[in-house]
Amino acid sequence: MTTTTLAALVPLLPFLGAAAGLLLGRTAPGFVRPLAVLPTLASLVLAAVVAVRQGGGKAIDAATELTPTGSVPIDLALHIDGFAALVAVLVGVVATCVQIYSTGYLRDDSRYPSYAALVSLFTSAMLLVVYSGDLMVLLVGWEIMGICSYFLVGHYWETPEARAASLKAFLVTKLGDVPFLIGLFALAADAGSFRITRILSTVADGGLDQPTLIALLLLAGVAGKSAQFPLHTWLPDAMAGPTPVSALIHAATMVAAGVYFVARLLPVFEASQAAMVVLAVMAAVTMTGSGLAALAQDDIKRVLAYSTIGQLGYMTGALAVADRGAAVFHLISHGAFKALLFLAAGVIIHAAGTNSLAAMSRMGGLRARVPDAFWTMTVALLALAAIPPFSGFFSKESVLGAAEQAITGHAQGVPGAAGWIVLVAGLVTALLTAAYAMRLWLLAFNGRGTEAPDHGRQPRTMTVVLWVLAVPSLAFGAFAYRVLPDWFGGGDLAPTVATSVLGTGVSLVGGIVTYAAWRHTTSPAARIPLGAVAAHPEADAAQVEAEAIASHAPAYGGVAAAPDPADPGRLLLGPLHRHAAVGFHLDGVYRALFVRPVQAAAGLVRFLDREVVDTYVRGAGALPRWLGIAVRRAQTGNVQTYVSALLAGTVVLAVAAVLFATGA
Amino acid sequence: MHLAYPAVLSALLFCTGLYGVLARRNAILVLMSVELMLNAVNLNLVAFDVWLSRAAEETLHSGQALTLFTITIAAAEIGIGLAIVLAVHRNRGTADIDRLRDTAESHDLDSPDSDALAATPSEKAEATA
Repeated sequence: MTTTTLAALVPLLPFLGAAAGLLLGRTAPGFVRPLAVLPTLASLVLAAVVAVRQGGGKAIDAATELTPTGSVPIDLALHIDGFAALVAVLVGVVATCVQIYSTGYLRDDSRYPSYAALVSLFTSAMLLVVYSGDLMVLLVGWEIMGICSYFLVGHYWETPEARAASLKAFLVTKLGDVPFLIGLFALAADAGSFRITRILSTVADGGLDQPTLIALLLLAGVAGKSAQFPLHTWLPDAMAGPTPVSALIHAATMVAAGVYFVARLLPVFEASQAAMVVLAVMAAVTMTGSGLAALAQDDIKRVLAYSTIGQLGYMTGALAVADRGAAVFHLISHGAFKALLFLAAGVIIHAAGTNSLAAMSRMGGLRARVPDAFWTMTVALLALAAIPPFSGFFSKESVLGAAEQAITGHAQGVPGAAGWIVLVAGLVTALLTAAYAMRLWLLAFNGRGTEAPDHGRQPRTMTVVLWVLAVPSLAFGAFAYRVLPDWFGGGDLAPTVATSVLGTGVSLVGGIVTYAAWRHTTSPAARIPLGAVAAHPEADAAQVEAEAIASHAPAYGGVAAAPDPADPGRLLLGPLHRHAAVGFHLDGVYRALFVRPVQAAAGLVRFLDREVVDTYVRGAGALPRWLGIAVRRAQTGNVQTYVSALLAGTVVLAVAAVLFATGA
Repeated sequence: MHLAYPAVLSALLFCTGLYGVLARRNAILVLMSVELMLNAVNLNLVAFDVWLSRAAEETLHSGQALTLFTITIAAAEIGIGLAIVLAVHRNRGTADIDRLRDTAESHDLDSPDSDALAATPSEKAEATA
C-alpha cells in the first residue's frame, strides 16, 4: 500500500473502532475490549510505518476535493512532514497505552463500552488534526475532540463535580473556538485556500493583510484548547474525569492540538511581531502561575493538571521564540512522561483510596503497596523536573536554548523581548516544577502513619503500561536530540552548557528547598489526623476514584486544597498559598465577568417571558372568556324565554325584510 | 266570502296561541296553544288556496293537501308531547314549565346525577314546544 493510503487509515481505524464499539457495545459485550484496543494498536503500527517511510524527508502531500464550494475550496488533504509523522506516533502510543490501561481501570464499569468508543473517537480526531493538510478538515477533528472531552470528563456524571467540569471544559474551549473559526476564515480569505501548504506559501510571499489580527484570533482558540492563560481554567477541573482520560487529554490529544496547530502555522504567527510577544507573555504567565498553583493543590491529579498547563507553557514559549522543533520535541517527551504520571496516579489513587496528598502523607507503606507505580512515577517526576539524563531535561533545555538564541539574536524575526520573557519565566518555572514534583513525591510515597490498606495486586494491564511508558520517559531525550533535527529540518536541539547548568541548578535548588521544608513540617504531620478514604476499596479503580473525587470537597472543604498545616507547599508559598490553591481567583473573576451577567440576562428573559409575554397571552384569552360568561347567562333553562327570544328575532327579521323590500 | 275574514280569524287564533305558549305555565296548556297556532296556519292554507284557485284555470289544491299533512303531523306531535308531559309529571309530580329548568347554565358543577337523568325529558319537552 502507498504511504498515502496508510496515512489515511491511521485516523480512520480508531473511528471505525469507535463506531463499531458504539453499535455493538450492548449486544456483543465480548467484542468491546478488542474493538477498543486493536484499532488503536493498528493505527499506532500504521503511524509508525508512515513515520519510517516519511523519514523526515520531503513532506507527503495528497489532496482530493471534497465538494466544490463555489469560493474557497475544502479539500480532504494530507500534509505529513516530520512533525506530523512523529506526533502521530506519540498519539498512537499514548492512546494504545490508555486503552489497555482502561480495560483494567474500568474493569467493572457499566459504561465502559461507550467510554472506550469515545476514547477511540477522541484518538481518531487527534490523528485527523495531526495529519490534516486542510484547515477545515483540521477544524472538524478539533471540534470532535471538544465534544469527546465533554463526554469523557463527565464520565462520572453522578457526581456534581464531573457534571460541572464537563460543561466548563466544553464552554471554555468553545469560547476560544469562536475567534479561532473567524481567524481561520480570515486566513483563508487572504490565502484563497484552506490548504496549509498554500497558506504557508502565501505567508512567505507576504500575502497576509492583517497578520496580527489573524494570529491573535487563532491564538484565542489555541489558548482554549491548549489550556493557556487566560482560558486554562477548565483543565484542573477536568480532573473530575477518569484518570486514563486525563492522561489522554493531557499527554497526547486535546491540549497538544493547540501547540501542534501553532507549530504547523508558525510562519503565520512569525509574520506578526506583536503576536509573538503576546504568545511569549501568555506562555510566561501560564508557566509561572501554574507552577505556583500546582504547589498548593491537594488533589494529586490537580497537581499534575497544573503541571501540564506549565509544560504547555514551555511549548508555547518555544513557539514564541520561533523554534517549533523545540516545541514539538517537548510536546513528545512531555506526552510520554505526563501520560505515565497520570496512569501511575490512577494506580496510587486506587491503592490509597483517596486522591488527597494530605491523606497520603499520613499513610505509611504506600510505596510498598504499588512498587510499579512508585518506580515509574519517580522516573516520570525526574523527567518532569528536568533532571539529566531523563527525557524532560533535553526537551526543556532545547526550549531554554531557543530562548537564549532569540536573546542573542541568532534567531531571525524573533523579538528579543520574547526571548527574555521566555527564558526568565522558564527558569522560574523550572524551580517551581522541581519543587512541586518533589512535594508530590514526598507526600505520596513518604507518608508516615497507619499502614496503607491492602487491596491486593493492581491489574497487570495497568502496571505493564507504566513500564512501557517509563522507557521513553527515561531514554527518549538523550536519543532524540541527535535524531530529531533531521526530522524537523530545523536547528540544533542539543542542550547548551549555560542553560543546562542554569536550568538544572534551579531545578536542584527547588527540589532541595522543598525537601528541607518537608523535613521541617513532617514532624507535626503525624500529630494532626486527616484523611478520608473510599467506601468501597475492593471495587475497581474507576469507582474508587469517583468516590474519592466526590468525597474530597466534603472531607477537606474544597476540591483543590486541604487544611493541612504539615504541607511543605504551605510553608514555601506562605501567604500566597491561599490564592494559589484556588488558581489565583481566576474562576471568581470569570464568575463576576461572565457567569453573573449571563445569569442576570437569563433572569431578565425569564421575567420578560413570565410577566410580559404571558400577560398578552392571558389578555387575549380574557375577552372570549368574558363573552362566554355573558352568553351563558342567557341559558336560563326556561323554554318560554327561548321562545320569546325566537319571536323577537323573527319580528326584527320580518320588519327588516319589509323595510328592505320597500326600500325605506 | 272575502279573504279578510279567514285571514283576520287566523291571525287572532295565532296570537292567542302565541300568548298561550309564552304565558301559560302548565305544559298541557302550552301544547294546546301550539295546536291553536297550527290550526291558524291550517286556516290560512285553506283560505289562500281557495282564494288563489278561484282565479287559476287549473289547480291541484296543494294548499288543502298540505293542510291534511299538517293535521296528521300535529296529531302525531301532540301524542308524543302528551306522553312526555305524562312522563315528566310522573317523575316530578308537576308539569309546571317554570320549574323544569334543568338545562339552565349552572355555576355549581357538582350537580347530582339524578338531575342529569331528569334533564332528558325536559329537553324533549323543549323540543316539542
